[in-house]
Amino acid sequence: MMRRILTPLANPQLIALVGVLLVNWLLFPNFFRITWQDGRLFGSLIDVLNRGAPVAILAIGMVGVIATKGVDLSVGAVMAMAGAVAATMVVAGYPAPVAVAAALAVGLACGLWNGFLVAVLDIQPIVATLVLMVAGRGIAQLITEGFIVTFTDPVLIYIGTGSFLGVPMAAVIAIALMLLVTLLVRKTAIGLFIEAVGVNRAAASLAGIRSRMLLILVYGLSGLCAAVAGIIIAGDIRGADANNAGLWLELDAILAVVIGGTSLLGGRFSVPLAVVGALIIQAMNTGILVSGFPPEFNLIVKAALIFFVLVIQSPLASRIVPVRATAREAHK
Amino acid sequence: MSRSMRPLLATAIIFVIAYALAVMQFPTMFSTRVLGNFLTDNAFLGITAVGMTFVIISGGIDLSVGAVIGFTGVLIAVLISWAGWHPLPAFALALAVAATFGGVMGLAIHYLQVPAFIVTLAGMFLARGGASVITQDSVPIHHDFYDWISELIIRLPGGGRLSFIGLLMVAVFILGALLAHRTRFGSYVYALGGNTVSASLMGVPVARTTVGVYMLSSVLAALAGIVFSLYTSAGYPLAAVGVELDAISAVVIGGTLLTGGYGFVLGTFIGVMLLGLVQTYIIFDGTLSSWWTKIVIGALLFLFIVLQRLIFAASAQGEKAS
Repeated sequence: MMRRILTPLANPQLIALVGVLLVNWLLFPNFFRITWQDGRLFGSLIDVLNRGAPVAILAIGMVGVIATKGVDLSVGAVMAMAGAVAATMVVAGYPAPVAVAAALAVGLACGLWNGFLVAVLDIQPIVATLVLMVAGRGIAQLITEGFIVTFTDPVLIYIGTGSFLGVPMAAVIAIALMLLVTLLVRKTAIGLFIEAVGVNRAAASLAGIRSRMLLILVYGLSGLCAAVAGIIIAGDIRGADANNAGLWLELDAILAVVIGGTSLLGGRFSVPLAVVGALIIQAMNTGILVSGFPPEFNLIVKAALIFFVLVIQSPLASRIVPVRATAREAHK
Repeated sequence: MSRSMRPLLATAIIFVIAYALAVMQFPTMFSTRVLGNFLTDNAFLGITAVGMTFVIISGGIDLSVGAVIGFTGVLIAVLISWAGWHPLPAFALALAVAATFGGVMGLAIHYLQVPAFIVTLAGMFLARGGASVITQDSVPIHHDFYDWISELIIRLPGGGRLSFIGLLMVAVFILGALLAHRTRFGSYVYALGGNTVSASLMGVPVARTTVGVYMLSSVLAALAGIVFSLYTSAGYPLAAVGVELDAISAVVIGGTLLTGGYGFVLGTFIGVMLLGLVQTYIIFDGTLSSWWTKIVIGALLFLFIVLQRLIFAASAQGEKAS
């Protein structure tokens, strides 16, 4: 019984997260200090949660896509579009709930479009989502007419910067989404279907899984998550910046999913671990910032991290030593 | 007309129609001046796209090219302006660095058996980060050699000018086409993209070819970086952000199949010219905003992907299982 509880805690991702946090603590002794101020929590750790939330949300959507052997490159552009829609609508005088619903609908529509290209037209995911990645930012600029649309709507700003029971709203949304999606895939057969399609789509179809429907669903979810992240980012800066909102975040989201142990070859995935992956990335970001290195250094660290994870995941490594052992070796 | 040439033909026809429509609206677009600038302004994109064509024919993808252009530009600028090197050894060093870089990516893709996009993504972070660590500012280059190269132009009747870098791009395209269609390495690349397993069973040196393809792509990206530095006379770590997307778009629009095994270097040339046409048209029009470029490129990309799907639908029935 004890073993069953401890095993999930002993996985490489959580150990890595704790390791990164400890390094941060060594560099910056106040790292773990959390204070209560003006009805909300403050501290570097809370900051990691708050700043990591958009990538975590993207990663939650991306997990399903990658588990079906796909990838969604368009999430950054979808974020920009959703932010642009929400911002222009509240500026035009629509109530915030309508604007948020419209932004979510745009995200969902983008996701369904990607799903349609992948599932029905049978286009490779990386190319199918490339279309929206290229065009999406242009469409976002079309919506904002090339300006950074700023707003003062309290509801949208609350979504980006507010707090719920002292915890930043962005983190609350991310955690809620994580629980929701985890329940959806683990308490129903959907997770199993996703894995089956990821391993072998043809075989899954022959076994009676409606793989087309399923693919459209996972891309739709990814688009929806991207829209949520886009609204949060827009609320955070109180404006929609079509050029920079979500720029390169698709790469961070993919990285988070890969760090979370989801196989790029499909068939194995974990939603909570992808969120842990997003937190590892953000903890490294924060660590590099507090230790005074230029933020550009981040990219090199990320590259090293990808390479490291790939080596662990690769068939070559598992042929030489069992994967688990390698992972443990590497984390010593 | 053989069936396999159809995508290339479609691209060529669309380019001619688009250009004719543009000329009808702005008669001045049909001049040697505009055509010469087409080559000069898209030189770095074209050179990158040749490398990308090989990568995509081999069934892979290279997301690092834009970052390699940025890194090369910074490296050259720093060597020339700060260290006082002559541009030529700086160019040679940049190409050597890129060859190593691409080779390592190829090795990782082959031996770790991971999708190319994630390895080249790491490469993109590494190159972009490396450039930013060297310097975060734009480093200007002032050197007699640069002035000399920019003077190397062939004047055409009608005020047009063929610049050195424009001609270099054309040369790279010709060499690329020869390499793809007339050499053993070219056939290996096609075989690899068709089916890696059968290629290796037929005796294609898969490891060597994979490494070669990514090396070629990185070297050409570095050459594009050199061209970019000649074009702008500066090195900037954030230069050429997103060029990988333009290059991939040009390759796809040029009729190369993204699943690999099929494509033309010449088609990529038309693809690059089509992208250049969209940009030039938007500049000529003046009322359209620059973001329309992205939307039009996205739409073109979609159009050509669907076109490929339709043309190959019959032959791809077998693998279509869904």
